[in-house]
Amino acid sequence: MTDTDRALLELSGLSKRYRSDRPAVLDNIDFVLKRGEYVAIMGESGVGKSTLLNLLAGLDRPDSGRILFDGVDYAGYDDDAATLLRRRRMGFIFQAFHVLPFLDVGRNVALPLELLGVARAEGDLRVARMLESVGLAGFERRLPRELSGGELQRVAIARALVHRPELVLADEPTGNLDPRSAGQILALLRERIRDSGGSGILITHSRAAAATADRVLLLDGRRLTAAETG
Amino acid sequence: MKLELVLAPLKEQPLRAAVTMLALALGVALCSAVYLVNAGALEEFGQAARKLVGDADLVVRGARAGFPEALYGEIATLPGIDLADPMLELDAAVAGVPSTLHIIGLDPFRASSIQPALLGEFGRDMRAMLDRDGIFLSVAAAAQLQRGVGDHLDVIVGARTRALRVLGILSESSYPGRLGVMDIAQAQWTFDRLGILNRIDLRLLPDAHLALVQRELARLLPAGVAAVVPQVERDRAVNVTRAYRVNLNMLALVSLLTGAFLVFSTQSLSVLRRRSSLALLRALGLKRGELERMLLAEGLVLGFIGSCVGVAIGQAIAHLLLYLFAGDVGNGQLAVHGAELRAQPFAWLAFILIGTAVAGLGAWIPAREAAARAPARALKAGDAESGLARVRTAPLALGLIALGALLAFLPSVGGLPIFGYAAIAALLFGAVLLVPATASRLLAHAPRTGKLPLDVAVAQLQGSVGQSTISLAAIIVSFSLMIAMAIMVYSFRESFEHWLEHILPADIQLRMAEASDTAYLGIPEQALVRTTPGVERAEFRRSQSISLAADRAQVVLIARDIDLARAPDELSLVRSLGRGSRTAALEPLWVSEAMVDQYGARLGSRFELPLGGRRVPFQVVGVFRDYGRSTGSVVIDRGVYEAVSRDPTATDASLWLGPGADAAAVIERIRARLPSRDSVELRTTGDVRELSLRIFDRAFAVTYVLEAIAVLIGLVAVSFAASSTTLARRGEFGMLRHLGLLRRQVLVMLASEGVVMSLVGVLYGLVLGGCLSLVLVYVVNRQSFSWSVDLAIPWTEVAAFSSILVIAAAVTATLSGRTAMSVDAIRAVREDW
Repeated sequence: MTDTDRALLELSGLSKRYRSDRPAVLDNIDFVLKRGEYVAIMGESGVGKSTLLNLLAGLDRPDSGRILFDGVDYAGYDDDAATLLRRRRMGFIFQAFHVLPFLDVGRNVALPLELLGVARAEGDLRVARMLESVGLAGFERRLPRELSGGELQRVAIARALVHRPELVLADEPTGNLDPRSAGQILALLRERIRDSGGSGILITHSRAAAATADRVLLLDGRRLTAAETG
Repeated sequence: MKLELVLAPLKEQPLRAAVTMLALALGVALCSAVYLVNAGALEEFGQAARKLVGDADLVVRGARAGFPEALYGEIATLPGIDLADPMLELDAAVAGVPSTLHIIGLDPFRASSIQPALLGEFGRDMRAMLDRDGIFLSVAAAAQLQRGVGDHLDVIVGARTRALRVLGILSESSYPGRLGVMDIAQAQWTFDRLGILNRIDLRLLPDAHLALVQRELARLLPAGVAAVVPQVERDRAVNVTRAYRVNLNMLALVSLLTGAFLVFSTQSLSVLRRRSSLALLRALGLKRGELERMLLAEGLVLGFIGSCVGVAIGQAIAHLLLYLFAGDVGNGQLAVHGAELRAQPFAWLAFILIGTAVAGLGAWIPAREAAARAPARALKAGDAESGLARVRTAPLALGLIALGALLAFLPSVGGLPIFGYAAIAALLFGAVLLVPATASRLLAHAPRTGKLPLDVAVAQLQGSVGQSTISLAAIIVSFSLMIAMAIMVYSFRESFEHWLEHILPADIQLRMAEASDTAYLGIPEQALVRTTPGVERAEFRRSQSISLAADRAQVVLIARDIDLARAPDELSLVRSLGRGSRTAALEPLWVSEAMVDQYGARLGSRFELPLGGRRVPFQVVGVFRDYGRSTGSVVIDRGVYEAVSRDPTATDASLWLGPGADAAAVIERIRARLPSRDSVELRTTGDVRELSLRIFDRAFAVTYVLEAIAVLIGLVAVSFAASSTTLARRGEFGMLRHLGLLRRQVLVMLASEGVVMSLVGVLYGLVLGGCLSLVLVYVVNRQSFSWSVDLAIPWTEVAAFSSILVIAAAVTATLSGRTAMSVDAIRAVREDW
């Protein structure tokens, strides 16, 4: 079995219910994400996308089922262990960018490296390289308020990838952008994840955005099923 | 619709609105309570004075020692005089009672014409007053002394007791305070003042010219005796306490001021939090002026409700203070028993207006800033700080600080440190306006530690200096004032303690009943004390009040064994005359600092004292500290005093014990030897020192309470700011949690922000408080009370206050962080910010 055939993420029988008198938000979800794979998950509002993201990020625990990351079940991890897993092996991109307004672009991108204790000189080099790869070379000293929405999302992509995570979770990354910028960002995201050798899950409403993924899944009625493409 | 917009934020965060209103209410309550209590006490003071003066047109008053009765005949026959009412007014020592009883000896027949209200129903039966050894008591005096009609009352005359009989209790409406009324002849007899008066009330003929009569009187009256209009009589007692009352009012104003800063902080942060919504309203068509008025109205609504509540609380506090302390808020001079609060609708309205205006002022600055902001920019995230960054306050701040420094050097106005207070206000506002510039400079030098939570915390503060300093304003104001007060009180206490050591060199202090005009030791009693076994050395002093100016409180004359060589050791001298400047022809006079300020008794100058009915010239050879009397005191040699006045009596003594003598046993022996055991107060020097310090601490207790409340309001401001900003930043925390920051690391980050910011606040507050303390010590205190004080820093207290503040800020920030973190991380990052 080649490395790319191995599952990076494996969900089996994953269920989550918030109140006993209400139906489950996620019911017996099964899903496998292979290494290097880039998957889009689509769904209407309220179908459980946020719940699924919470579980994947280790920010919440399932009622039943397993979540294996590289073969290790982290569904039962305590908060610290789940946080360290996120820190080392995951990257996140949000719809609202969430770039710290009081830090310059360089320090925003360097945050994951600082958390991992990467030496400053090496960190600066990796940040510069990463910014160049997202088309923001020389932006290190700029403040977020000086950037456009598209540029801010590029910063967020750089921050999500700078520590070379194995999994990138992108939550509606183009929701706040115009169609032209959105197209550029999606292409960039796809390209950078592939370059870094990682895997990605893209949560989106947009069929166009989903179309940039290797595979599209539909979260509907508490189930995750393959979406019809085309 | 606009009213709904005004009330919406208050409804949205009712707890915050309620606490802000309550904090403001507290400031208004303290101000109105202090005002109402003082007004109540002063009103009673005024009423009491009016009752005593009655319908008199002029009051002739001498020192308590009095003037010869013969003067009465001369005055009564002056042209223009309709009626002259002779009086002997004394504060008599009462056996077994720590305080004195104010007694007026009057001619009931004449008094019933001039002071009919005072005598009440007894005015109808004059013969009752003429009973031998009889006294009438006011209701308050009867209650304090626990005496009823027919009971005996032992007053102390010299070192002996004399029994008086209570003939009746004056009606409740006669006199509000503690008073005894006697027939003048009985009073002269009882108190060994035969042929002596010290007051004559005059009613003029309808066609008499007041100024002419006064001129005639001035020609006739001996030194130390003056004729004044009743208003001067009424104002004199009030003026003595004026500086203290004004200081107290200023202190209460600090709470109100802190409340205003709280409104400023709350409104500023609220406006920042809502900047997108406000920009949206502007985009939808709300005019700039309308937005400004809407935001101002929010502050005014808060202020109005808070002020109404504050006035109600103030009224309750005032009732409580009058009930518990008889209107005396700390210094013991303003106690008026029986004082009542009257409804003061104008005062209530004034405080409601002041509170509302202060809150409006606090809301106006952020309202202007928000209205001036371009909607397009305000809709963009991260605009909050750039909006604040535009406010350039440094030039105005530096101007105010320079003005404050200048004002501190100006003299008092009418005995009040008006410019001193103005200097404090200017320095305070200037310093607060300078906070953003100073804080950003301080934070710019913060090094990168390599610890992410701390570095992010510092970066957050560096990037949001404007917002952070808004939250610091209230705490900087209250903390710096608390530090200034602490330094002032500590300096004063240290100087006071040092002064006590100076003036209490002996082992035992003897004093006749405090502030009494009737108790003294004659030559035989002095000999008894001096020869008591165990007493090695005794020094006697004669203290009495003399009048140097009719419109001012009396000055204490102390005659003691002293000369130029001993003075530096025995008096707490701050200045003394060089040998070369002495005028041998004039006897030496040492004066307290108040004498220099109030009577211009400068070193080396000639100064006359009214002694034995004539003006005796002295030369001022030294200025000493006298923390016991703010209205002035002078010291002369006892030999000189006796030669002029022919008064060999003494009222105080310092006693040195022989080797091995036991102080308690000696005190007991002295009491046993004197004719009356209760006539003297005898205490070891240690006890006197302890008692004095206890009284000192009690006098300043109320200032600590007022200051603590101001700091509490400041802390509320910090906690609001912390919770407000952390709630606004929950998206940031959610993102950091996604990146892999542990929950505790986020809390450490927040606590670090709290600590760093409060450290900046504390450092700033310490420097500002130190500067303000200089104004308090060298300007306000000096000009209010004429007391010089050596600056001393209470390091332990300062360190404790600072630590408490830093810890409180860290705890507040962490608690706010916990609340913000309770929102799940995914939801937090999905919310638009």
